[in-house]
Amino acid sequence: MARMKFLCDAERCIECNGCVTACKNENEVPWGVNRRRVVTINDGVVGAEKSISVACMHCSDAPCMAVCPVDCFYKTEDGVVLHDKDLCIGCGYCFYACPFGAPQFPQAGAFGLRGKMDKCTFCAGGPEADRTEAEFKKYGRNRLAEGKLPACAEMCSTKALLGGDGDVIADIYRERVLRRGKGSEVWGWGTAYGPGKAGAQPPAGGKS
Amino acid sequence: MRRAALGAAVLGAAFLAGCGEAQQVTVYKQGKYQGKPDTQAWNNAPPAAELRGSAWNKGDRGSWETAINQRAMGQNEDNRIYKQ
Repeated sequence: MARMKFLCDAERCIECNGCVTACKNENEVPWGVNRRRVVTINDGVVGAEKSISVACMHCSDAPCMAVCPVDCFYKTEDGVVLHDKDLCIGCGYCFYACPFGAPQFPQAGAFGLRGKMDKCTFCAGGPEADRTEAEFKKYGRNRLAEGKLPACAEMCSTKALLGGDGDVIADIYRERVLRRGKGSEVWGWGTAYGPGKAGAQPPAGGKS
Repeated sequence: MRRAALGAAVLGAAFLAGCGEAQQVTVYKQGKYQGKPDTQAWNNAPPAAELRGSAWNKGDRGSWETAINQRAMGQNEDNRIYKQ
């Protein structure tokens, strides 16, 4: 059973924002709303700059779903977290709950009224009939129903951003890591928290 | 004595009920996701060739997954570079 996931390879991402542009173009996302964005740490520091493309991660146990007071979220059989804009009241609870800042709220009018929530759909549309104008207007293109993957991942020039079944993209990433010769170090304790003092061992039970 | 035994049995059953595990996996109902109607991707006809989507048999989840996974493997440029 497919579990659709995104995976961004920080070693490859060059902060070109091609994924952001592809998403905005494919889904005709309104001004002020970015379903995807590129986050960079150590910006401008030579050798230490790392970028990662972030959008809705389609969590297995999504906190947005848990906090929504009108229960507008649902998860498809492929593990894609979607929501029904007809039910959404634009309260913003999901924005506070999401660790990735994925939910976006279009603002309009002189008083900046907050509209209904908009977020990455993994290019899977919404509850409206698939591949219809109504679905496109509310949620963007339904590429999964066309047998395609999300536009951001398919457009990524360095193939830093991978999208698709978690098992498949994990295999691709594993192959890359082995070729780089980093092995388990790439996501391990040392990568996350640094090597520490010379000769220091990670705490017992910590992931290597 | 009997009343005490009965009480203990009821109390025991109540305590054991606390050990029950609630269903945490989403249960799919035909045509609906958690109360919201939506169509599964594989229940659409494959798009016309000019749209350059994948091909699958309408309604066949397995063939859709095979097609989408094959497309996902297109992201692995190592296949192109090292395995020709």
